[in-house]
Amino acid sequence: MERYEIVISGFGGQGVVLGGIILAEAAAIYEDKNATHNQSYGPEARGGASKSEVIISDKTVHYPEIEKPDILVALTQEAVNKFASNLKESSIVLADSSIKEINVANQVKVYSLPIIETAAIEVGSELVTNMVTLGALAAITKVVSKEALEKSMLSRIPKGTEELNLKALAKGFEIGEQVI
Amino acid sequence: MGKKQVKLMQGNEACAEAAIVAGARFFAGYPITPATEIAETLAKLLPQNGGTFIQMEDEIASMAAVIGASIGGVKSMTATSGPGFTLKQENLGYAAMIEIPCVIVNVQRGGPSTGLPTLPAQMDVMQARWGTHGDHPIVVLSPSTVYEFYILTIKAFNFAEMLRTPVIILSDAIVGHLREKVVLPDPSEIEIVNRKKTDVSPEKFLPFKADEDGVPPFANYGEGYRYHMTSNNHDESGAPATNNHKVADALLRRLHNKVEKRRSEIIITDEIMMDDAEVAVFAYGCTARSAFSAVEITREQGIKLGLIKTQTLWPFPYEAIKKYANQVKAIIVPEMNMGQLVGEVERVACKDTKVTPLNKFDGRMITPEEIISTVKEVI
Amino acid sequence: MAVHVQEYLRLDKMPHIWCPGCGTGIVDGALVRAIGNLGYNRDNVMVITGIGCSARSNAILDFNTFQTTHGRALSFATGFKLARPEMKVIVITGDGDGSGIGGNHLIHTARRNIDITTILINNSIYGMTGGQYSPLTPTGSFATTAPYGTVEDTFDVCKLVEAAGATYVARSTAYHVTLLEQLITSALEHKGFSFVEAITQCPIGYGRRNKMKTPTEMLKWQKDHAVNIKAASRLSEEQLEGKFLIGEFVVKNKAEYTEKYNKLKEEAKKEGDFNGKI
Repeated sequence: MERYEIVISGFGGQGVVLGGIILAEAAAIYEDKNATHNQSYGPEARGGASKSEVIISDKTVHYPEIEKPDILVALTQEAVNKFASNLKESSIVLADSSIKEINVANQVKVYSLPIIETAAIEVGSELVTNMVTLGALAAITKVVSKEALEKSMLSRIPKGTEELNLKALAKGFEIGEQVI
Repeated sequence: MGKKQVKLMQGNEACAEAAIVAGARFFAGYPITPATEIAETLAKLLPQNGGTFIQMEDEIASMAAVIGASIGGVKSMTATSGPGFTLKQENLGYAAMIEIPCVIVNVQRGGPSTGLPTLPAQMDVMQARWGTHGDHPIVVLSPSTVYEFYILTIKAFNFAEMLRTPVIILSDAIVGHLREKVVLPDPSEIEIVNRKKTDVSPEKFLPFKADEDGVPPFANYGEGYRYHMTSNNHDESGAPATNNHKVADALLRRLHNKVEKRRSEIIITDEIMMDDAEVAVFAYGCTARSAFSAVEITREQGIKLGLIKTQTLWPFPYEAIKKYANQVKAIIVPEMNMGQLVGEVERVACKDTKVTPLNKFDGRMITPEEIISTVKEVI
Repeated sequence: MAVHVQEYLRLDKMPHIWCPGCGTGIVDGALVRAIGNLGYNRDNVMVITGIGCSARSNAILDFNTFQTTHGRALSFATGFKLARPEMKVIVITGDGDGSGIGGNHLIHTARRNIDITTILINNSIYGMTGGQYSPLTPTGSFATTAPYGTVEDTFDVCKLVEAAGATYVARSTAYHVTLLEQLITSALEHKGFSFVEAITQCPIGYGRRNKMKTPTEMLKWQKDHAVNIKAASRLSEEQLEGKFLIGEFVVKNKAEYTEKYNKLKEEAKKEGDFNGKI
């Protein structure tokens, strides 16, 4: 794996920023790869939209910006609308199943998954949307292993929420595996 | 062997943690994007380590409190961005004049004025050099990675203490906000410098009598040394000497010379793929990251591009430029401003090679592709 | 016990730079006598100033001293006090330095109730630069920048710092020097932000443009216009017209900043000691 550029975009409260950090940390600390993470700041982060940018690479990541993501994880319609035009032919889109319109080039692979619903209903809290997302992402793209994500997650989440988050990650992995 | 730490760390967090390792025990600041995480992290870490954090009423007061604490013998720092950096200039000059060590971090954002509060720029390079009035000496460092931000923060304190002078770290919104993997040295293996203390008795002590290195030893107030300091022109005793031309001349020369004498210790440059380079990029801060990528990409294409990367902006590393000016066809200077350090490169290299600026100031990084297309133009 | 003021001066740094008849030395004398009578170890006393005539006080006072930028002395003092809470920190400022360019720092330092004693020498004018009007120049006065008389209203700087949270506030004049010394003594002994306004004369920068050519006339003006707060309650509004109050206005007990912060440190230390180890 040379360099993977991943954008996770959603809404405040879905844990998009923390999810991105956990993903980058899983790769950087628990898989001995290089990784960077960036997030939206300022007015962009106040309007409700939330974004993580993660680059995972075997080599040192010098230029840290993402122009054309390899993977777009979209949890809202707005996220798809905003980033669809930046995708390349080899890009993969993981979209929440609540998103109705996904206008991307034909070659782009789109996976529609019940991420938010799984978090809210099956796991029982929308707050763990990020963990369901990461589970599905790992199952489909294999950019990081489920084990690395677990370790990274456990080092970052508040005490007492381990069980809930582990369940979310596992459920996410399950719904990811079902579509590949 | 100490234990290395492998972490995913944000630039601003790295700066704050490094400050603790460097021995900083005082921070005064004012909220400003994109530097606020430094204050937020130190608000937590400082009291845990017996230090003090205070959020002052404004940027001016923050700089004043930092100098006040350092006069009290405590290593001190502040962090800000463009608009706040401007407000700090008055007291920054004061620290240079009365020779009080302190560290000022400027996480640069786009300007002029309030400009682009969350977006990166490298527009304060000349403000860092000349921002305060009067012809003062200054040390300015600029990291391009989270790791460098960590190490340079420690070096900034070391240089400040060694030279008794303010040291500025010019970071930017990219390096400040980016999280990346760092492998940090064991804190116990990091060299920490503390200001030298006087060994003469209070009766014989002269607060501005310098040693041969141009740096006056410090005496802590409250330990029997009842001296005076003023930012007016002053003699060795600290007494105002506002009409003494000889004293004025000697003081300003000494302030500059004490920094110049230590150039080789202060200037940190990296030469990447320069041995056989036919074209060089001279870059610093976040732009050096794009330049590094450009070197990697062009080398695969068979183009002999090299990178002169500097972590020290002032004193300017003329030596590194001079070394390659005859070797390369051109030196490209990408900067996220209208062209600031390129002028210094021209001063050294214009007779020997072509110096080509590449400027971008819209809040987006210069891309490796933009550098590569400039390289192809000059070959 | 009489205090010999000269023992507290850096005589080798004389002469001072003040004009004949200036009131600054009277205030500095009161401060030195107060410190001497309190028996403070002078190695433990820090006197910080800013810019202006008042700011030239500490160059000749034999304590720990440094002079700072214009208006910022209180912010420097805040940093110094937090670094060295065991030291007695005193700031000498002026009407322009303290209530003009440094006004924001004055109210916020008062708000924090940090243990700094501030003496604001109010000579109604920017003296060092030659007589420009300040925020405390009486309305209608003449100054080099008010050739037709100033139209600006003034602060009551004592009320200002009281509203901001100062826990000791008092005022006297150069004429009422015994009271001034008593008030400075109380201010030094007070724990928290203490503030003493000392109204003084600037015969060169203010008096000669405002029908008070001599220092004597100016001191007489202070005598005639000051009313002790203890006597004020017995006077009618008409009798108080055009007068100003002197005496102790505020004495409050309230937790002091450095003590509060030290408690915070103890709590924070329990949470974890980072110290470079992660």
